[in-house]
Amino acid sequence: MSHLKHITLLLLLSLCSMLAPANANALERTSIVLQWLPQAQFAGIYMAQDMGFYEEAGIDLTILSGGPDILASEYLESGKAEFATLFLTTGLHRRATLPIVNIGQFVQHSSLMLITRKDSEIKRLEDLGGKKVGLWANEFQIQARILFKKKGLKVSVVPQSDSLDLFLRGGVAAASGMWYNEYHTLLSYGMEESELQPFFYSDYGLDFPEDGIYCLEKVADEKPELCRALVEATARGWMYAFNHTEETIDSVIRRMKEAKVPANRAHQRWMLKRMEDLIISDDYAVMGALHPNDYQRVRTALMDHGFIDSAPLFPDFYRGPR
Amino acid sequence: MKRHGIAFKLALLILSCAFIIVAVIMGYNYYYSRGIILQQAQTNAKSVAHETTSRIDSVLSGVQKVANNIALSMEDASLTKEDILELNKRVLANNPEIYGMAIAFEPYFLESDKLYFAPYHYRSGGRIGFSMLGDPAYRYFYMDWYQVPKELERAVWTEPYNDEGGGNIIMATYTVPFYRTMDGKKVFAGVVTADISLEWLEDMISDIKLFKTGYAFLLSRHGTFITHPTRDYIMNETIFSLAEELGSSQLREIGRKMVEGDRGFTQLDKTRGAEDRYLYYTGLEYGGWALGVLFPKGEMLADVHRLSWIMGLIGLCGFFVLALVIIYIARRITHPLTELSSAALEIASGNLDLKLPEITSRDEVGDLAESFRVMNTSLKTYIENLTSTTAAKERIESELRIAREIQMGILPKLFPAFPEREEFEVYASIEPAKEVGGDLYDFFFIDDTHFCFLVGDVSGKGVPAAFFMAVTKTLLKVVSERGMDPGDIITKVNGDLAAENESCMFVTLFLAIIDIETGETRYANAGHNPPIFMPCGGTPKWIPPFGEPVAGIMDMMEYSTKTMTMAPGDIMFIYTDGVTEAMNQEQKLYSDERLMELLTNMKEPFAPKVVKAIDESIKVFAEGAEQSDDITMLAMQFMGKCDKK
Repeated sequence: MSHLKHITLLLLLSLCSMLAPANANALERTSIVLQWLPQAQFAGIYMAQDMGFYEEAGIDLTILSGGPDILASEYLESGKAEFATLFLTTGLHRRATLPIVNIGQFVQHSSLMLITRKDSEIKRLEDLGGKKVGLWANEFQIQARILFKKKGLKVSVVPQSDSLDLFLRGGVAAASGMWYNEYHTLLSYGMEESELQPFFYSDYGLDFPEDGIYCLEKVADEKPELCRALVEATARGWMYAFNHTEETIDSVIRRMKEAKVPANRAHQRWMLKRMEDLIISDDYAVMGALHPNDYQRVRTALMDHGFIDSAPLFPDFYRGPR
Repeated sequence: MKRHGIAFKLALLILSCAFIIVAVIMGYNYYYSRGIILQQAQTNAKSVAHETTSRIDSVLSGVQKVANNIALSMEDASLTKEDILELNKRVLANNPEIYGMAIAFEPYFLESDKLYFAPYHYRSGGRIGFSMLGDPAYRYFYMDWYQVPKELERAVWTEPYNDEGGGNIIMATYTVPFYRTMDGKKVFAGVVTADISLEWLEDMISDIKLFKTGYAFLLSRHGTFITHPTRDYIMNETIFSLAEELGSSQLREIGRKMVEGDRGFTQLDKTRGAEDRYLYYTGLEYGGWALGVLFPKGEMLADVHRLSWIMGLIGLCGFFVLALVIIYIARRITHPLTELSSAALEIASGNLDLKLPEITSRDEVGDLAESFRVMNTSLKTYIENLTSTTAAKERIESELRIAREIQMGILPKLFPAFPEREEFEVYASIEPAKEVGGDLYDFFFIDDTHFCFLVGDVSGKGVPAAFFMAVTKTLLKVVSERGMDPGDIITKVNGDLAAENESCMFVTLFLAIIDIETGETRYANAGHNPPIFMPCGGTPKWIPPFGEPVAGIMDMMEYSTKTMTMAPGDIMFIYTDGVTEAMNQEQKLYSDERLMELLTNMKEPFAPKVVKAIDESIKVFAEGAEQSDDITMLAMQFMGKCDKK
């Protein structure tokens, strides 16, 4: 065993010495905090770790899970983690108070949506006026508020918990959801797709890219190689996950069980499939790249609607692959 | 086609019937007992399910009552914080089924400077613990247990959840909103919650065992497994995610019915190699939960299958016994039959003295054997009789043949009869029928110049006719004397014949005497059919009869004589009715007309030629039909100078 370890180490060392002669001694220890509890939303990162892609890139990565009580951006601020996954809107929002930069954008489209029941009186988005709408807190409200403002809708916002109980019992007319998550949760609560009326924000000019990898500007300046290696290994992880669905679901389920989070394969399979839809984009050749136009669209929308007063230009904010 | 014996056919038929009957009985029995078992299982599942749901419901209803009462008392605005804490603690202490209880108020409701007020008492290691809920990381207003009753304005059971603090126990919370009147308005003030651990539920439901591996499971309002023997499903899977993973639309359909609180009994489709299973499900009264009771069909039907097996085995044994019995019986019947059959063959080949097989059975086969014996005996007697009869007959026949030969022998057969005489030519023939007949002809000189010729036909056939013919011929020869007319001769012969004619036999006769120098011919006719006169070069014609009767009946009868003269070349043709009544295959007669026509057309008639030509014509006409009567012909030609035209 120890022999093997030595050999692996030697191999890695020689690999590192070729790639980065300055840090030729050992794997670079670092950490990443995810926005939420373990699920297939982060399958690429899990598989990159499981398959040793990070180690091959010279990184000894610790993955920290987020959750209802953990804000990933706060971990960046406090230094509990060197990297974090954030929505682009969150990243821009936090940039006002925290000097963070995007080093890789994976989820290219918005999967955030409002879901209503077909048997309710909500037939069009406009019918939501005066109705109770369940919205999550913080950045999840940005697209909704912009949309309601654009449509001139006055809705009664009900803070949405992490369950869909209120919506299912008819307590709210519409619930927030991610296409890869809550939408399928409703299906696995026995709702039929034909009974649901989804409204995707992306269909209303609010196609905001979501999950990206962020770090403090300082880290990006000091360790550009580390950032690049992390994003590349993550992209490899995603490709592996999409090509090895069952193995990936196994890994995700294992992590969920370790975190004592309710887990089932059907749901994670759906989520992985949707992540593939959201990450593999025909528009961009390179996985993990943020497109200037997308950035500009989000930046403008946030500034126009007063969510932020100012925002950096694309090159200042984005340090990832192009 | 292959030949099968009676034993085989009998066995095949009966065994087929027996097989069908046994199969039908077994099939019906299986079908029917299956129905009964299924019904019983259904009833059993139903009663187990209903008993269980009512037990759960009674616990839930108890908890509901307590929480409802506290919520009601919370509407009293005069309660102080201390009262509320005290009440909270006391209620928990008095209600052991409740795990924890919170009384959570709206932000800033009790005290305008305090965002949170939510005392929570709970059980912890046999003691009652206490904490105040609410901090920036736990904003209880956004929790389901707070938000759902608030928004819905009614008490609800929350979806079960894993209590992370309490050793991963599954909990469910009953939460009741309460209101207070402020400024004359009813406002939402907060909720009272009662948590229950669902551990006892798991124990209770895992105790349910149907058959060998049947089990029960509990679903939440949204289809999440609250209990299930596969612990991994609990709180992880919903019935719908399971259906998706198994690819079973039926399970999804059942899930929909279950979460809607329906009741039903259904057979589950086979999924992923699982055996056939039945599911009974029913909704609970409270909590929106549903209980399912599942049991494998195979186990349920194990008894039916065993019964069917045993029945099948008994049926099979019976079948074999039946087969043996049938074969035995069939053999018993067919064995003597086979013996009789070979004996019959032996008898048929002529061995009448064969000893028949000894068959003593008193049934149809016995009767058959007896019949065979009788038949054999009769056959033997009959053949013995036949043998002697045949011998006698053969003797008689040979004697008859001899008699016939003798009879024919007395007729003159040598032609030309008088080669030295040129004055006339006589020719006669007799073609005897198979049976002895009584035709006769004769010719002889009475004196030097008178030549007598005659043809007769005795009535009847056989030996009497032959005798009568012989007597007649002899009499005629004896009676004919010089100077006697043919009529006198017949008169005399008639008298002699009729004298002792007991059997009333008679004879027709045509008798003529010609003077061979002059051609003068005297003739008499006793009932004989008219001869034909063929004048030389002229047309033949009948010699008309006198109308005098046959000879041998009336002894006093006087016959007359007529005279005619034959010119040289003239022919007198005398014949018996065997000629004109000869029949062909179609039973048509040769007839007078045909005879006359033949003679008319004959060129250069000559006595022997006439007879031979007619004989030939008759044979052609008869086409081989059997001759029924003697055919006798006589042609007498007077010679001399013939002026031919």
